[in-house]
Amino acid sequence: MRHFRLLLTRDLRLAVRRPGQTLLPIGFFAMVTALFPLALSPRLEELRAIAPGVLWVGALLAALLSLDHLLRDDAADGTLEQLVAGSESLVSLVLAKVAAHWLMTGLPLALLAPLLGAGLGVPVAAMPGVIMALVLGTVCLSLLGAAAAALTLGARRGGILLTLLTLPLAVPVVIFGARATKLTIEGGSAAGAFYLLAAVAVLTLTLAPLATAAVLRIAVE
Amino acid sequence: MDFTWFHRLGSPPYIYRLSERLAPWFGWSAAVLIASGLYGGLLLAPPDYQQGEGFRIIYVHAPSAWLSLMVYSCMATAAAVGLIWRMKVAHAVAASCAGVGAAFTAVSLITGMLWGKPMWGTYWVWDPRLTAQLILLFLFFGYMALRASYDDTSRADRLSAWLAVIGMVNVPIVRFSVEWWNSLHQSPSVMKLARASMPASMLVPLLLMLAGFTVFFLAFLSVRLRAEVLRREKHSAWVRETVANA
Repeated sequence: MRHFRLLLTRDLRLAVRRPGQTLLPIGFFAMVTALFPLALSPRLEELRAIAPGVLWVGALLAALLSLDHLLRDDAADGTLEQLVAGSESLVSLVLAKVAAHWLMTGLPLALLAPLLGAGLGVPVAAMPGVIMALVLGTVCLSLLGAAAAALTLGARRGGILLTLLTLPLAVPVVIFGARATKLTIEGGSAAGAFYLLAAVAVLTLTLAPLATAAVLRIAVE
Repeated sequence: MDFTWFHRLGSPPYIYRLSERLAPWFGWSAAVLIASGLYGGLLLAPPDYQQGEGFRIIYVHAPSAWLSLMVYSCMATAAAVGLIWRMKVAHAVAASCAGVGAAFTAVSLITGMLWGKPMWGTYWVWDPRLTAQLILLFLFFGYMALRASYDDTSRADRLSAWLAVIGMVNVPIVRFSVEWWNSLHQSPSVMKLARASMPASMLVPLLLMLAGFTVFFLAFLSVRLRAEVLRREKHSAWVRETVANA
C-alpha cells in the first residue's frame, strides 16, 4: 500500500511539473467540442441532440492522446524495469499509475464536461449525470489504455498502434456511456445504462490490471 | 490419463508432418462439400418467396460470418494455450489464424452489404450484427498490426497472445452492447423475417456450406501452419534435413 501511495504521488508530482503535457488533452477536448457548434450550427436544439456523442468522442480522443505518455517515459528512463523487477505487487503498481493518469486526465475531462455541455445546450439538471457517466467511462479508458500502452511499449510506430488497439476495446464503454448521457439529457430514466456502464467499469477494474501487469513483464524483459 | 499426444503436438517437426499429411484430406473434402453446397444452394434450392433469388447470398454470407467468430475463438484459444503451457507451436497456430479470420470477417461484411442493398435499400445499416462484425475486423487488424510491429518472434507471440485473450473477453461484451444500443434506436425489422425456419431444400445446402467452409479453414490452416513452422524453425537441423530431402 505504501508503494502504491509513493508511486501515485510521484506520478502526480511529475504531471504537475510538466503542465504542457498534462493540460494538452484537456485543451484538446475543449477545442474539439467547441468546433462542433462552429462547423454544424449554433442552434442549441440541434446541438443538444448530438451533445452526448460529441462529449464522448471528444473525451475518448483526448484520453487516447494522453495514453502515449502513460508508460513510455518510464520505460525510456528505466523506471519501469525497476518497478517490474521490484518485490512489490506489480498489479498494485499498475493501479497506482492508472490512478495517477486518471486523476490527471479522466477526472479533469469529466469535470470540464458540464462547462462544454452548457455550450451544447445540455440542461443544468443533467450535469451530475453527465459528470458521473464520464467519471465511470474515463476510469475504463485509463485501465484499457494502460493495457494497450503496455502491449505497444516496444513496438515500432507504437503511438498509432495504441489507438488501433484501444478503440475496439473501448466500444462497449462508449456505447453505454453515450447512452447514459443521452438518456440523462433527454430527462429519461438512465439508471439501466448507468448500471451497465458501472458493470463494465468493475469488470475492467478487475481484469485489466492483471493483464497489464502480465504484459509489462513480457514487455520489459 | 495419457497426455503424450498433447506433448507431441508441441513438437514442431511432428506438427509439420501432421499438417502435411492432413492438408490434402481437408482440402479435398472442403472442395467436395463446397461444390455440392453451391450446387444445392444456387441451382436446386427454390427462390425465397420474399427475397427472391437475392437470398442465395446467404450460402456465402452465413458460413463466413460463422467462421469469422470461430477462427477468432480458435486464435484466442491457441494463444491462451501458448501462454499457459509456453507452447511455441500454439503461438504459430494463432499467428496462422489471424489472416484467414480477417478475410472471413471482411467477406461476411461485404456479402452482408451486397445483400443489404436490394433488401434494406442501403448498403450499410447500423445493424447490431454488422456493427459487431466491424469491431471484430478491427480486432483482427489490431492483432496483425501488433504482431507485425515486433521483430522478436517470441515477444510478438506472447504480447499478441495477450491481445487475443483480452479481445476474447471483449467480443461478447461488444455483441451485447451493440444489440442493446440498437434496441433503443428502432432496428429494421426485416432481419426478423429471415429467422423463419427454412425448408430442407434450402437448409441442407447451407449446412453443407457451413461444413465446407469449416474444413476449408482447417485445410488453409494446415498449409499456413506449415509455412509458419518452417519460418520459425529455419535454423534447426530437422528443417535442413527436410528441405534437403524434398
